[in-house]
Amino acid sequence: MDPAFLLIQVLNGVQYGLLLFLIASGLTLIFGIMGVINLAHGALYMVGAYLAFWFTSRTGSFWLAILLALPLTVLLGLVIERWFMRALYKRNHLDQVLLTFGLILVLNECQSILFGNDVHGVPVPAPFSGSIPLTDVLSYPVYRLFVSFVCALIAVGMYFLIQHTRLGMVIRGGASNREMMAGMGINVHTVFGLVFAAGTALAAFAGMISAPLSSVYPGIGDSVLIISFVVVVIGGIGSIKGAFLGALMVGLTATFGTVFLPELSGAVVYALMAAVLLWRPRGLFA
Amino acid sequence: MNNSRFHTALRRACRSMRRAAISLFAGLSLTVGLGHAAEPVKVGVLLPYTGTYAALGEAITNGMKLAVSQAGDKLGGREVEYVIVDSEANPSKAPANMQKLISGEHADFIVGPVHSGVGMGMAKVARDEGAITIIPNAGFNAATGPLCAPNIFRTSFTSWQTAYPMGAVAKERGYDRVVTMTWDYGFGRESVAAFKEAFSKAGGEIVKEIYVPFPNVEFQAQLTEIANLKPDAVFVFFAGGGAVKFVKDYAAAGLHGKIPLLGSGFLTDGTLQAQGDTAEGILTTLHYSTELQNPANLKFLKDYRAAFGKEADIYAVQGYDTGRLLVQAMEEVGGNTEDRQALIAALASQRIDSPRGEWAFSEAHNPVQNIYLREVRNGRNVVVGTPAKGLADPARGCRM
Repeated sequence: MDPAFLLIQVLNGVQYGLLLFLIASGLTLIFGIMGVINLAHGALYMVGAYLAFWFTSRTGSFWLAILLALPLTVLLGLVIERWFMRALYKRNHLDQVLLTFGLILVLNECQSILFGNDVHGVPVPAPFSGSIPLTDVLSYPVYRLFVSFVCALIAVGMYFLIQHTRLGMVIRGGASNREMMAGMGINVHTVFGLVFAAGTALAAFAGMISAPLSSVYPGIGDSVLIISFVVVVIGGIGSIKGAFLGALMVGLTATFGTVFLPELSGAVVYALMAAVLLWRPRGLFA
Repeated sequence: MNNSRFHTALRRACRSMRRAAISLFAGLSLTVGLGHAAEPVKVGVLLPYTGTYAALGEAITNGMKLAVSQAGDKLGGREVEYVIVDSEANPSKAPANMQKLISGEHADFIVGPVHSGVGMGMAKVARDEGAITIIPNAGFNAATGPLCAPNIFRTSFTSWQTAYPMGAVAKERGYDRVVTMTWDYGFGRESVAAFKEAFSKAGGEIVKEIYVPFPNVEFQAQLTEIANLKPDAVFVFFAGGGAVKFVKDYAAAGLHGKIPLLGSGFLTDGTLQAQGDTAEGILTTLHYSTELQNPANLKFLKDYRAAFGKEADIYAVQGYDTGRLLVQAMEEVGGNTEDRQALIAALASQRIDSPRGEWAFSEAHNPVQNIYLREVRNGRNVVVGTPAKGLADPARGCRM
């Protein structure tokens, strides 16, 4: 097998991995810091994708669409946290699962009512619509490289925010001991509201930025939910670093699985998860 | 004082309401008694109304209702009652939903599904229970193959029919080495097998068969592989959101215009708007195109637009033909659903003047129909030929 081919496949794997990180980061943030299993994560991804589609078709600009849609998703996150999640922090995980599962049904139904059930495409925004030729036949879409860059940027940003800022310290504190933080005069409710809104916005942003890559269709969110959980579980629940490493591992495994083990390509990712869990039952960085 | 007057008024109101209810009830039972002979025909509909296939379920339902409403909203002189169940395109729920329609609702006909996995579950129950089942989409070969039964009809296609004619077309166009790619599930594998059967028979060589786990839509690794193999053409089966994504990724990887893309028609049906320029030039085979210029199709497209305010597609046609089948067969038996043998014989013998061209059932109850060669030009599936006229599925394994 020639080395150029393998190199391109490595690029494919890393690029897919970075996208997976972006998709899974919101999930691990909410899960790790708030202890909430947010099954509606995929549905929020769907909300982002549809908002990107709708605003792009109305305004004609993808960038403007993201600018308009992001505040809406932050607001959605705040509303869900304030009026739904907050009542369940003291209850067990099953109640949270039920609530967020209900949110999936409600959000999917809203999508069906508001946007219909057709498949939609979002055009790749102008400066990135070209491709870079790699071989005489194959080119690489510039937008994919741009998305990888954005994903990496967000990874670095999140790491810095959580590990090296005062807000990050408060968030980590709230995660490990809620009562103590409240006792020190910090409003944990506000912090949790912020974290949930950030998680929601991250999920929706992933949907927005991948909308031109994929298409926008009913059930788009369900497809990302499971792979997001795989990434989060491999990385260790709540660990941003783990999610990053897990996403890259999953991306590369999925890519090389299809190259070398095409018959088992559907299973390699889950085999990886099983292997990691045998070695470290709580994930890489938990 | 005020209070007691209020109570009296309330009591009086209650009494008069009760009287009204009693007379209403008597009236109702009277009409039911009179109308017993003309009890409505129950049509159980098991289609997806949520999830990835929701648009398909909606189009089929619309098409069927259009045909029935054009016949005065009656089947054989009887009123029609639709019992609609969301299949969720979930195979594991198919047997229970089927039982609900058969034993719970006593449906006279069952229409469904879209998804072949659901179809598999439905067909098994339909065979056991003998319920008359009309499949308006799911193209898995088995329904009119090993699982065929006198009470199972299909108004759509088999995966074999939509892919087999492309084999000869590919060779005629001078493609000798072809890579195939599809989702790793029944319908995808059947489509590729049918293409391969015809292509190999014509002397072509399949360089590689690529299968992607369903419903995965990350194709980058496979596209890299295709570029590395440099075949003369690529044959694929994808549908819906996956088809949009694949065609766009194919173009973004620089393969569009370098390696011709062939497919069964679902690749470019209902997806062209989202695919945009990237779909130009794709060749597909299917039993229909909205661009067909026959009178039945032109009228259908106009009526559908007028009734639902949107464009019809292949799924709407299949729903429409299902409706026509019900209307014509019920007319022939005079609305009598008690004599099952006569009803089944009437269904099997109908010729449908469809927007896709006239068709009738094969021995295995699958349409014998034309397959058209379509090329995407300016965002439309322009018909460029009819590689198979009156093509019948081989119905392998069907004993009836």
